[in-house]
Amino acid sequence: MGTLNLTKVTKSFGATDVIKGVDLTVNDGEFCVFVGPSGCGKSTLLRMIAGLEDVSSGDVMIDGRRVNDVAPAKREIAMVFQSYALYPHLTVRDNMGLALKQAGVPKAEIAQATDKAAAMLSLDALMERRPAELSGGQRQRVAIGRAIVRRPKLFLFDEPLSNLDAALRVQTRIEIARLHRDLGATMIYVTHDQVEAMTLADRIVVLRAGRVEQVGAPMELYNNPANTFVAGFIGSPQMNFLNGEALGLRAATVGVRPEHLTLDRGAGKLVAKVSHLEKLGGETLVYVVNPTHGLITIRLFGEHEFAVDEEISLNYDENKLFFFDEDGQRLY
Amino acid sequence: MSQARHSTARTFGAHAILITYTVIALFPVFVTVINSFKSRKAIFADPLALPGPATFDLVGYQTVLKQGDFFQYFLNSMSVTVVSLFFVLMFGAMAAFALSEYRFRGNLLMGLYLALGIMIPIRLGTVAILQMMVASGLVNTLTALILVYTAQGLPLAVFILSEFMRNVSADLKNAGRIDGLSEYTIFFRLVLPLVRPAMATVAVFTLIPIWNDLWFPLILAPSEATKTITLGSQVFIGQFVTNWNAVLAALSLAIVPVLVLYLIFSRQLIRGITAGAVK
Repeated sequence: MGTLNLTKVTKSFGATDVIKGVDLTVNDGEFCVFVGPSGCGKSTLLRMIAGLEDVSSGDVMIDGRRVNDVAPAKREIAMVFQSYALYPHLTVRDNMGLALKQAGVPKAEIAQATDKAAAMLSLDALMERRPAELSGGQRQRVAIGRAIVRRPKLFLFDEPLSNLDAALRVQTRIEIARLHRDLGATMIYVTHDQVEAMTLADRIVVLRAGRVEQVGAPMELYNNPANTFVAGFIGSPQMNFLNGEALGLRAATVGVRPEHLTLDRGAGKLVAKVSHLEKLGGETLVYVVNPTHGLITIRLFGEHEFAVDEEISLNYDENKLFFFDEDGQRLY
Repeated sequence: MSQARHSTARTFGAHAILITYTVIALFPVFVTVINSFKSRKAIFADPLALPGPATFDLVGYQTVLKQGDFFQYFLNSMSVTVVSLFFVLMFGAMAAFALSEYRFRGNLLMGLYLALGIMIPIRLGTVAILQMMVASGLVNTLTALILVYTAQGLPLAVFILSEFMRNVSADLKNAGRIDGLSEYTIFFRLVLPLVRPAMATVAVFTLIPIWNDLWFPLILAPSEATKTITLGSQVFIGQFVTNWNAVLAALSLAIVPVLVLYLIFSRQLIRGITAGAVK
């Protein structure tokens, strides 16, 4: 069990409003990802759910219980931090068992819980080591193990993969996804990386400057963004924003994803000059410049060859365009 | 060191400067120690000569051990230093933790107020301190000295330790909070071990002025029972006659305990000073 309800939650540091009224429900067993650029308040929001920051106004409810004034340890949550935050003076086993020990759980039960979590994360061989003797990836697995042992109502992850290298990040990402399936627990995960958000989430919450911009399943946000911010944030490479009037369309801004632009060496709707080429093997990213629309990215599959400054013409499918008004709100 | 940055001339120059400084710093100590082993005549005849078979004399040490209660003085110095040090470190670390960890109204002002003591010497308040001690009946007690030295040591301790505690990972403290550790456990079990090098630095900088102080023992606790070693050595310095053998022997003996304490802390001290400078 584990549902989370946020009602009109705000947070101010002095005169600065960091969270400006967030309403959100996370259902039992859901994997919910908070995503947004740095400084958007996603970590602050997570820390408020954890009880590490006070809530200025509004209600935080876990399983229907208002927890605004409940200490972090009594909220039945577990948190995994970006910097692992393992206790340097304790062994892996004691790190994982500390919360239960503090709660007064009998020793045999603690041992059973830690062993089970260790088996899940293949940490068995490392149980007697100290954090200083572990690699970054192993430390993060211990931190995740420490969370599992508590059997919390909510798992909170604060950018847990940011300190890992690229290969390990993918591996740990898969591990977290598998864990979510096995445990069926409610997880809230903060990241600035939209790839992590897309791959892990059941539902993504896009935040900007302390406000929720849009909430939805990954493909919902990809196919149906509410505004230019969400459209630009979800999807990689970023969506191209073109001047609608110059194209003769009834919208201030027209968005088109790099993968929806096609190359037309003959007569396309747009003419642009190649400014840069990124060949990734499986795909080729072409950056072109058009005097009215600025830099445009095109994503082509397979290997392609272009000369810099070569003039090319582009085509797009009108059904795959996104139309936005002057304020960046989606029209249709 | 890499070949590119290695230069014999530069290394030589650096060592020459360091050795010169070491000689200047150690010279008075050296002269004190060698002369403490010489006869009175030899001290005045050639102060810089090493004690030879003809000049070797332990009369200074004999006087010191016979006259006055030197063991008691040592004990007084030791207890005042150790107890003051304990209080400075404990209260200093606690104040530093509060200042660095909690947001409260007046945090910055409080920090500045506590740091003010670094700039204003406590001796300026001697008269007021003496009046206070007389009023509270603490004159001629070691408690008086301990209180004064604790006050004297706190500003620097708070200043250095709060700077170090700010660098202790906030995630670690938060992990402790989520696991149900009390703020005291977080402070004693998580934060203090991580700032141990800084504690050693503070300990050494607090310890030496306390051990060497003559001013406050002279004013607040000059009785026979509460004399410290630096004050005790003064009995040999008279207005007309000074027993140099005894003075030098007493000072040489006074070096030993502080040296021992320093050696205990020094390994940590070096880590404390270089922390942050070398990652």
